[in-house]
Amino acid sequence: MSAIPDLELAGVSKHYDAFSAVNDLSFSIAPGSFFSILGPSGCGKTTLLRMIAGFIEPDQGDIRIRGQAMQGVAPNRRPATMVFQHLALFPMMSVGENIAYGLKRRGEPAAEIRRKVSAMLEQVGLPGAEYKPVSALSGGQKQRVAIARSLVLEPTLLLLDEPLGALDLKLREHMKIELKQLQHAIGTTFIYITHDQSEALVLSDTVAVMNQGRFEQFGTPQSLYYQPASAFVAGFVGANNRYTARVNALRGDAAECVTDGGLPLIGRIVGTPPRPGDAVELFVRPEAISLAHEPADLAHCDLTIEAEVDSLLFDGANSSVLLVDKASRTPLRAALPQNGRFAHLCPGESVRLGLQVNQVWGYPAR
Amino acid sequence: MKRTGLRCIPLMLAFAAGHTLAADNTLRLLTWADYAPKDVIEQFKKETGITVEVTLSNNEEMISKLRATGGSGYDLVQPSQDRIVSAQKEFRIYKPLDLSKVDRKLFIPSMLSATEKITTFDGKVYGLPYVWGTDGLVVNTKAAQIADYTDLCNPAYAGKVSMRLKRPTLMAFAFALGENPFKLYSNPQQYGSLMNKVGDKLIACKKNVKYFFENKEQMLGDLRNGALVGAMMWDSGGWKLNSENPTLKFVAPKSGAMGWVDTYALPARGKNDTAAYKWINFTMRPEIAAKIAKSVGNFSASQGADKLADPKLKAQFAASFPPAVMQKINWYPAVPAGLEEIEGRVLDRVKAAS
Amino acid sequence: MIRLLLTPTRLGRLLPLWLLLAPALIWLVGLILLPHLDLLWLSLQTRGDGGGDYTFGAGNYLTFFDEPLYWRTFARTAVMSLIATALTLVTAFPIAWYLAKIAQGRLRQLLFVLCLLPFWVSEMVRTFGWILLLQSNGVIPHLLQRFGFTDQPVELLYHDATILLGLVYSSLLFMVIPLANTLDTLDDSLVEAAYNLGGNGVSILRDIVLPHAAPGIAAGTIVVFMLTLGNYLSPVLLGGKNSLWFTEQIYNQFITRFNWQQGAAFGFLLLILSTLLVWAGLKLTGQSFGEAMRKS
Ligand SMILES: Nc1ncnc2c1ncn2[C@@H]1O[C@H](COP(=O)(O)OP(=O)(O)OP(=O)(O)O)[C@@H](O)[C@H]1O
Ligand SMILES: [Mg+2]
Repeated sequence: MSAIPDLELAGVSKHYDAFSAVNDLSFSIAPGSFFSILGPSGCGKTTLLRMIAGFIEPDQGDIRIRGQAMQGVAPNRRPATMVFQHLALFPMMSVGENIAYGLKRRGEPAAEIRRKVSAMLEQVGLPGAEYKPVSALSGGQKQRVAIARSLVLEPTLLLLDEPLGALDLKLREHMKIELKQLQHAIGTTFIYITHDQSEALVLSDTVAVMNQGRFEQFGTPQSLYYQPASAFVAGFVGANNRYTARVNALRGDAAECVTDGGLPLIGRIVGTPPRPGDAVELFVRPEAISLAHEPADLAHCDLTIEAEVDSLLFDGANSSVLLVDKASRTPLRAALPQNGRFAHLCPGESVRLGLQVNQVWGYPAR
Repeated sequence: MKRTGLRCIPLMLAFAAGHTLAADNTLRLLTWADYAPKDVIEQFKKETGITVEVTLSNNEEMISKLRATGGSGYDLVQPSQDRIVSAQKEFRIYKPLDLSKVDRKLFIPSMLSATEKITTFDGKVYGLPYVWGTDGLVVNTKAAQIADYTDLCNPAYAGKVSMRLKRPTLMAFAFALGENPFKLYSNPQQYGSLMNKVGDKLIACKKNVKYFFENKEQMLGDLRNGALVGAMMWDSGGWKLNSENPTLKFVAPKSGAMGWVDTYALPARGKNDTAAYKWINFTMRPEIAAKIAKSVGNFSASQGADKLADPKLKAQFAASFPPAVMQKINWYPAVPAGLEEIEGRVLDRVKAAS
Repeated sequence: MIRLLLTPTRLGRLLPLWLLLAPALIWLVGLILLPHLDLLWLSLQTRGDGGGDYTFGAGNYLTFFDEPLYWRTFARTAVMSLIATALTLVTAFPIAWYLAKIAQGRLRQLLFVLCLLPFWVSEMVRTFGWILLLQSNGVIPHLLQRFGFTDQPVELLYHDATILLGLVYSSLLFMVIPLANTLDTLDDSLVEAAYNLGGNGVSILRDIVLPHAAPGIAAGTIVVFMLTLGNYLSPVLLGGKNSLWFTEQIYNQFITRFNWQQGAAFGFLLLILSTLLVWAGLKLTGQSFGEAMRKS
């Protein structure tokens, strides 16, 4: 890691009247990393990205790109290029002209431009496409041209605003992997915006989960997934069983709780330690729930539940089962193990569930 | 753009249909401004039940309109007497008058016979006199001394005079240059060279001209507010200004005012001749003719109307036209066909000169 | 083939099609083609000196080339119309941009109404409005003198610039609307993308905005050019004694000189001129007429 981060924000805010779209953000991104901002619609992602690109001036705070203060620097002078949500390819130009646009503006010699454009097209897997009109490209090809057009300028930062949003699912999966490989190959810092958690988790070195203009959590995909710092993150990243519950008793750093539906659970509380009687929110990942027919198989678990199968949700590797706690009739969702052992559960069948205390996350209720 | 064009068609058809609905009791009159005052139209309607639809125009447009429609679209028109025969000869846009339907006693006999003579073509009479007047000069007597048309070209009045760029101006300047264009009407060659001479004079004079007026109200307005100090203008306009401001006077030019007579004529394919004759006999009654004369500011061809005329107008007339000056009025004779071409080229040349 | 076309069954099947096309055909033939053929025929008759007899030939067209006044007026009208069209484009562009890209909601409607406002009165009244403002004792010369820009009232009327002013004023709307329409369809992110990639105002205008707006520019330019070329009142009233507009020549031929033949020839020449210039303009900018009219 070099001493100077590629991007550094200090106390950056943007308000629209009384509404704060981006609220006092500070963070820094190391060179060469793939950084994603993940958040629901309207949380301020685009606003943040546009401030980095220079289309919006922050109300407060500083933005530095590789140590250079960006205040008052116009978008066409920043070392950050942007891939737009709807790509914004220039329809009046050919593929080659689109990619050459920025180079021409810089006044590079024609031969050099030609060389760079064709090298760039090669890199994004479209060799020789210079003379195609933009309208003749498929969705994925357009995507690549848009990225090539920005990358050819060798920016410090490549800003991407939900670039895969307009593609269909299959293509999105495919482009995800391509994007990751491309970033690996060229090593430019990517700042990537998405509201799709799978994109963020798959692509990124670092992810920030954003909500209402703030970062809820900032860290590796793994830490987000396994140690969500807030109820929001736990709810937003990955699938979860979510319950509101009350604390009965404390046992070390674990709390014994009962959900509002009457299901007893035990979990680890993040943040201020609660007192008995406090309301908490509990999250249980479907893949953290162990299924068994024999009590002996759940010996390692801190809590076991007698449940009944409600229905099976078959989705290949992501298959799960909907269950109901026999005592309280509380619904639960559990992942089916990959080995296919429970693939033949029938509705109405009884199963045992097991949970470990450090796989149940609790957060003081707001 | 294309669509608006399409949308216009039904509209046009509707208009066309509207026109054919015009019934027996309307008289479609093509005439000059002020020639058919409102109260006269109302009284006519009361007496005869006939509605008069007025369209305003000038000599050239009257001929062109009738020519375009082959003489239909109107029931009565009022061109100047000198413009009837040539237009009839070339375009056949009029029909002869049935003099038995006209009450001849209502007309001043000398005018009637003069007009009949000048508008006779192939032995038939095409025009009857309506109103007469002159073209002369209107002068701001405090600011300028202008006694003849050519005085308008005095450099002292540069940018402060106006005239029309039309044939009367050519005629007037020809007289002011000491020539008689009317005598050369029958000799196109000599007439052409005279017109060229007049054209040269006007070109030299052009820098004096603030604008060649098309719209007399604009010009009268500029005489009122002093932007103009002199103009070639009809006597009626001059007298009107004079009543508002005595320093503005109508002056009969030294070389003679230009006398014109406007007429009644029947378009070749007019539909309501009965109404037309009724209107002629009605408007020639002395008391009606006097009303019209007052509206126009000129005198009527009606016998006895001048007795009823506005005393102020009479006084102004007397001041502008003492008998000797009256004698010098140059009355337009019938214009032979084809002269417009010669005059037009000269007018074009003046227009193009800078 | 021809025989086939005329067999009764064939005709019967085609009849509905013909009926459908009939209004368009009547319009095309009746209101466009026939009058123009008539005009062409008329223009090939030359009026004799006496005013009576007519001879067939190109005499009227020769007159046009023989008489410097005519072709000079013709050239002048063309050049002035081009200038007026260019000025209209330059004036309309920022207005259209503002309308399409910046103004929102009520303000936008208000601006559209403002552009329409001059058309609520007839061209005559509009032109007289200018006369009242500009004449030497009018409002503007008065204000100029009042605030010490001039020591005497200046005559602002009757200059070529005044003609251009009047023409631009009455053409503005016809340029603003197609322009605003095409600019409205310009995705803002294209402009931002260009800016982001290092473009500046000038290069974005040249490389992104103008190419996108080209159909609107072409449509507006064609319409405005035709309107100015065929305008009569503005040049004649605002240009005064030196106006020299070709439509005035046509009017004179038809109305004051009763020479319809010469007028028809002039009309035809004007038609040829406008067709040629529009065609050349489209060729130069690589546009097609249909596309320009469709996209705006
Ligand atoms: N110009 C503006 N004026 C007022 N409010 C704005 C403006 N631009 C954005 N906002 C508000 O700021 C908030 C954040 O907007 P932003 O576009 O950054 O959201 P986002 O996270 O990109 O959402 P999405 O995923 O839907 O694109 C939204 O609530 C939006 O309504
Ligand atoms: Mg967004």
